[in-house]
Amino acid sequence: MKAVTWRGVNEIGVEDVPEPKILNDHDILLEVGLSATCGSDLHLVGGYIPAMRAGDVLGHEFMGTVAEVGRAVTKHHVGDRVVVVSFTSCGQCWYCRQGLWSLCDNGNPNPGITEALWGQSIGGCYGYSHALGGWAGSHAPCIRVPYADQGAFAIPDDVSDERALFASDAAPTGWTGAHQAEVQAGDVVAVWGAGGVGQMAARAAMLMGAERVVVIDRYDNRLDQVRTHIGAETLDYEEVDVPAELREMTGGRGPDVCIEAVGMEAHSTGPQYLYDQVKQQMRLQTDRPTAVREAIYACRKGGTVFTLGVFAGLVDKFPLGAVMNKALTLRGAQQHGHRFIPEILERMSRDEVRTEHLATHIMPLDDGPKGYQMFKNKEDGCVRAVFRPGG
Amino acid sequence: MTSALEITASLTTRAGGTVVRQVRSLLDHSGASDHRAAAPASGWLVVTVNREASELDTEQLPAPLAEYGDRIEVRVRPAPGDKGTELGARLHTQPSGRSVGRLTGNDPQADLRSALRQAKQLIEVGEILAVDPAPHGRRAATPSGALLEAWTRQAPKGGVR
Repeated sequence: MKAVTWRGVNEIGVEDVPEPKILNDHDILLEVGLSATCGSDLHLVGGYIPAMRAGDVLGHEFMGTVAEVGRAVTKHHVGDRVVVVSFTSCGQCWYCRQGLWSLCDNGNPNPGITEALWGQSIGGCYGYSHALGGWAGSHAPCIRVPYADQGAFAIPDDVSDERALFASDAAPTGWTGAHQAEVQAGDVVAVWGAGGVGQMAARAAMLMGAERVVVIDRYDNRLDQVRTHIGAETLDYEEVDVPAELREMTGGRGPDVCIEAVGMEAHSTGPQYLYDQVKQQMRLQTDRPTAVREAIYACRKGGTVFTLGVFAGLVDKFPLGAVMNKALTLRGAQQHGHRFIPEILERMSRDEVRTEHLATHIMPLDDGPKGYQMFKNKEDGCVRAVFRPGG
Repeated sequence: MTSALEITASLTTRAGGTVVRQVRSLLDHSGASDHRAAAPASGWLVVTVNREASELDTEQLPAPLAEYGDRIEVRVRPAPGDKGTELGARLHTQPSGRSVGRLTGNDPQADLRSALRQAKQLIEVGEILAVDPAPHGRRAATPSGALLEAWTRQAPKGGVR
């Protein structure tokens, strides 16, 4: 079957790959309906997370129709329309039972890489390199879904494919950030990054009762989406001094909760951007933490900073003194989507969560290289390129 | 006067050295220079299983551990804070060698680590998670590519420290 694959650094291909088979009793095979690019894919594409093999299928945000079920699957049947959470988690280990699904002990068949990087391995993720399991991704006509009773969710009839698609990753990742940061009613919440995850983190914070939510980015079309579809305020960091604006908005306190939804390839306007670029290119640091630094400085004393963007390893010039002396709570996580997706689908059904605007460009698999190019370079206002394997 | 080329070469060398040091430090979280510290002195390898201690019968071990027969000893004890049960195993005859060598595939306890992890999966989930055999391409023939390939090959035998 045809699939969109990683061929090398900044080289995306479309090639024939073997069709998946059911290998475990808890598997389903899913006929992919829609499969989205994600900002975190760009770290793989650019070689910043160097654990891909040429020929690996990309894609971890997807929905589709159940084509075959394993013997132990009880919740799903052939023909069901489902959305699948991007993390592979068993549902039985202590972490899954605590609701910390991305930390699953059993969902990553290649635990050695992340164990060496981080001390312990976490769960697996589709199409996200051999560090997170070596699972084939979803930019293909068909994908194997392990632990299907845990990770696949029936889509309500009145939720479109284009809306349900983002209940796979962007929305539950945003929900994870807002919930794990423990947004309270009356809080002022600042979100760095107006991509799909940042927008969803902002929406989650609003639904949790935040008094004001402001999203920071530099792309007009994304900030316009935030105002139009999410209902949050915006700041363009190329036009204003963000920390100063945030102080003014909060009576000098700073935001109660700062959610960073940018990740390891952050951009900024100041000289630290050049500094971080040089250090990253020379492998003296793996990640550029520009937005995290700003969030830490901007956050009110005793507030919470949440790293929701993807980071891989080591960063430089990390303001630990501010974290300690301002008594900040610093947290992070991949998505614990299994616990949030049922709520998100219900809210999608009630029009409280709208996501279809994120899919700015829908195209066939054959356009995989073009889609990633448009997404990476933000061409034509691309927020997310989405592939429809059925054409 | 130092040429730009010399400066570049110097920086590249320093960067390469830094990467090597980072890789070494990543593989040795103990912070100790003696690589023996990467394995516990007792020889026990342990996983925590999300089951009550009374549910684990050391006489009826899952197949991956049972296959070791008398070559291993097994211990079971409750984890604190209702976090399940600690299932430990160690070889009666401790492997020789000072370096754990987990990156190069020379970890003498790799198979036991894998067996423990598989036993945990069988107890908790009822099956050992299989990964798709494809697609697997080839990496570029560079030193870093070879390092990553070696690391990836050994990765399935990690997960138990």
